Amino acid sequence: MSLVRDMITIAAVSAGAFFFLAGTVGLLRFPDTLTRLHALTKADNLGLGLVVLGLLPQAGGLRDGLKLVSIWLLGLLAGATVSQLIARAARHGESTR
Amino acid sequence: MTEFLTAAVGFVLAMLALGLVSILRGPGDADRMMATQLIGTGGIAALLLLGTVADVPAAIDVALTLALLATFASIAFVKKGLPRFEADGTASTEGE
Amino acid sequence: MSIATVFEIVLAAVVLGLGIWTIVVRETFSATVGFVAYGLLVALIWVRLDAVDVALTEAAIGGGLGGVLLLGAAARLRDADVMAAETPGKVVRASAAALSVLTTAALAGAVLLLPDPAPTLAPAAVANAWATGLSNSVTNVLMAFRAMDTMLEKVVLLLAIIGVWSLAPDSAWGGRPGPRHQADPDGVLAFLARLLPPVGIVVGIYILWTGADHPGGAFQGGAILASMWLLTIIAGLADTPPVSRRWLRFILVAGPCLFLVVGLVGLLFGAAFLSYPPALAKPLILGIEVAMILTIAATLGLLLAGAPERSAKP
Repeated sequence: MSLVRDMITIAAVSAGAFFFLAGTVGLLRFPDTLTRLHALTKADNLGLGLVVLGLLPQAGGLRDGLKLVSIWLLGLLAGATVSQLIARAARHGESTR
Repeated sequence: MTEFLTAAVGFVLAMLALGLVSILRGPGDADRMMATQLIGTGGIAALLLLGTVADVPAAIDVALTLALLATFASIAFVKKGLPRFEADGTASTEGE
Repeated sequence: MSIATVFEIVLAAVVLGLGIWTIVVRETFSATVGFVAYGLLVALIWVRLDAVDVALTEAAIGGGLGGVLLLGAAARLRDADVMAAETPGKVVRASAAALSVLTTAALAGAVLLLPDPAPTLAPAAVANAWATGLSNSVTNVLMAFRAMDTMLEKVVLLLAIIGVWSLAPDSAWGGRPGPRHQADPDGVLAFLARLLPPVGIVVGIYILWTGADHPGGAFQGGAILASMWLLTIIAGLADTPPVSRRWLRFILVAGPCLFLVVGLVGLLFGAAFLSYPPALAKPLILGIEVAMILTIAATLGLLLAGAPERSAKP
């Protein structure tokens, strides 16, 4: 049973780490602000989500598990809100500058 | 398991360090803000992994606090950082 | 060299590098953004050092209110543009550098000259934890063993808010602090400001409650509540209250006053100022913390809102 749990953890955390890599590379390599934003928020939230998924089997109890899931939900909300706000700010900045 | 998770923390941290390059480089303020956002999410992930590795369960509470407040720096940026542009939905009027 | 050591070295190097860059970079806004990221990485180090209470404070202040304050200040400085015109002369720069080097040398000397093992009261604090009925030794030190310091800290917060208010022009005295924020009521920001505060209030109270036995406490919880209040103000859903309101002033003094009353009762009927009777220690500490979380949330929120700018009467 412990082996199965560890397998899930390794698989999910590795996938999460890959998405962090993708997000960072996107942020550094994509040509303009809006595409960079796209790379960042999508990959970022998937990365956090997969890390949370991977840590769930290692969580101490139900309460820790619930906290982990709420962290991911808060992360999703933050990513969605911030990408909207920054995209608007960037668009207005470009049209005026 | 501990080795794997420690390596994962190290990897996420390396990604954060790469994200820092983006704060240094810019070119615009919006790009710098995005890099901070990336570092925020990456930091939350690193905290969760680190808490599991070092067996500090309270690290989850720190991560929860960070996740709750993750939007604040960016809100401050769009509200105060671009006073000349009345970005729709985020306009602020100065009461003189 | 184990993988954990490599990780620690990398973490320390990244934080040091970012710290140096934040100092060296010329543009205020970049430096501020760098500093916000720096606070986050420092929180990671505190967790690594097993000082989760400190990490929590760093996250609650640095992640929320501190970032808002610094980014706002950076934006104002950029608007003003007066700072760029006055470049300091060579003498000023040289003396500033000399002063910084001297401070660094003194700090380094103090750290290097510490006796080994360093003098510590930690074992005594842990051994006497039974006296309060709380098992988080940080809360024990803050609320019982060194309660005097914590009480005075709250008085300092009160003095800070008086200092900010005293910047108000005569015409706005007693009025509402800060500008009236307006935002699209159906926009993203208003949506977030409706969704996040209920969650944030639960988390803030949870952090206060868990502080008895695990890392947490009134200051961290209060900082989270203040951030939520500020969010509703920034999104235009709520307005700052006029500073002349009696209920507001009552909340601002509630924490220190209750602390003082409990301390004086201890002096009259007990052993010393702020001595709790062992049977009542836990309820008394929790009572003070509940009053303090309200005071801290109100004070931090108003500190961020700034000096009164608008007259109370429209």
